Amino acid sequence: MQYLCLIYQDESIVQNRSKAELDALYAEYRDFTERIKKSGRLVGLNRLQPIRTAATVRVRDGNVVATDGPFAETKEQLGGYYLIEARDLNEAIQTAAGCPSARFGSVEVRPIWEMQPAVDSALHQTTTR
Amino acid sequence: MERERQDTPAEAAVRDTIDALYRDESRRVLATLIRLLGDFDRAEEALADAFRAALEQWPRDGVPGNPRAWLVSTGRFKALDALRRQKRVQPLPDDIHERLASDDGDPASFDGEAFGDDRLRLIFTCCHPALAPEAQVALTLREVCGLTTEEIARAFLVPAPTLAQRIVRAKAKIKSAGIPYEVPGRADLPERLEAVLRVVYLVFNEGYSASSGAAVTRHDLSGEAIRLGRLLIELLPEAEAIGLLALMLLHESRRAARSTADGELILLDEQDRSMWSREQIAEGSALAQRALASSGFGPYTVQAAIAAVHANAAVPAATDWARIVALYDILLSAERSPVVELNRAVAVAMCDGPAAGLALIDAIISTGELDHYHLAHAAHADLCRRLGRKAEAKASYERALALAQQEPERRFLKRRLAELKKI
Repeated sequence: MQYLCLIYQDESIVQNRSKAELDALYAEYRDFTERIKKSGRLVGLNRLQPIRTAATVRVRDGNVVATDGPFAETKEQLGGYYLIEARDLNEAIQTAAGCPSARFGSVEVRPIWEMQPAVDSALHQTTTR
Repeated sequence: MERERQDTPAEAAVRDTIDALYRDESRRVLATLIRLLGDFDRAEEALADAFRAALEQWPRDGVPGNPRAWLVSTGRFKALDALRRQKRVQPLPDDIHERLASDDGDPASFDGEAFGDDRLRLIFTCCHPALAPEAQVALTLREVCGLTTEEIARAFLVPAPTLAQRIVRAKAKIKSAGIPYEVPGRADLPERLEAVLRVVYLVFNEGYSASSGAAVTRHDLSGEAIRLGRLLIELLPEAEAIGLLALMLLHESRRAARSTADGELILLDEQDRSMWSREQIAEGSALAQRALASSGFGPYTVQAAIAAVHANAAVPAATDWARIVALYDILLSAERSPVVELNRAVAVAMCDGPAAGLALIDAIISTGELDHYHLAHAAHADLCRRLGRKAEAKASYERALALAQQEPERRFLKRRLAELKKI
């Protein structure tokens, strides 16, 4: 099974760290990534730019409306993700617990919806019709 | 995982070997790694790493002579490696150095007698009384049987995150409360074994008769419980462990006959006995005999002996009801229980006639202890019906119906009520 681990943390905490602190955090992240890569669990990962760079898009009555930033004010923001392969939810939780940000932010673990081939093709038909 | 190129047939064969090893041996390897590493999570990590290493190395180097010992040894080295890396970032708990310092690298030292003990250690730890009962069940199914969190959640009809949380909490408690990884000593063994058997039987019953909902049987769980029961008597052939396995096999032998294709319940005396599994009856009866003959048998063994009497009657009329009454007397002499008394009363009714049984049931019901137990009212109704006391039968069936939770049982009671009106 694949699980998406979404990393939420208070951006300002990270931004207010000293260079030495940040270097230590990045070293931890490199180590964590290396570890899950070695264990064969890593499928993909990305770090996201801060939320000031984000735009939110909605289409209402056929009109495209784009606004700045995420739609809600929250204390923690999505900062990046790891897509991992795990035997079950508990293995995924255990892997996510190794993420450095889990200690000061939170990591949401979401199972990937595994599409049945029939569903896939049905979706394909509706989107290409 | 995507593979970049096609496997050669030899490589594919090695992969099949590794898949089979994972199925058959991964729980044993895990049990030993927990002992060596002193931590469930670290051991699971090491287990995954060991199998990953096998997938990389065996197609190239061939399957080692003792794959299980290779996996334990490799898992342990991988854990050591991970700890060294981790040490650069975070301080480690003190005891882990000691644990890993004794570095005898000989894989053969990880095999033999100790393996069986490790599996028992794992079972007793997962069923430790300091853990909540539902946590014991979840942990046993995941760690001992190797089911995934999602599979267990589906079987028990709970959301996967709820079950995952139960497992996370249970493991945290094992660590924080310092629940030891050991087989209890002689003095504690009977009590601790009882806890283990309770977990096994709970899993079986969850599969055999779901406590609510439309399905009468959830086969996979019963199969898992029987597998656990077999493992247990292989490791620890105590009378009650043997008795429990016998009981489960004898119940299981009737599975095909106990409901219709559309899920209606069929009572014991109306079942097509040619559909009973002779093989499971033979094995269950022999085990029940063996348990009865050893010292220290208890309620599971006696219940198995009762089930064996039913199982060995070719037709309902051939049932040795006198023996069943005698076996219920043994059960009651160990511990008084209104439910057992009720079952004994039903056996007496079969032996000495409905009037004798009804007198006993009236006495049990008058104590009020079984007021909310639908089967007490159903049994009362049944004996009244057989005695032609229709009004009382109707009242008791209605009371039973109001209390029954499971759909097929409710439909059965409704059928009985409808039949009463026809007469």
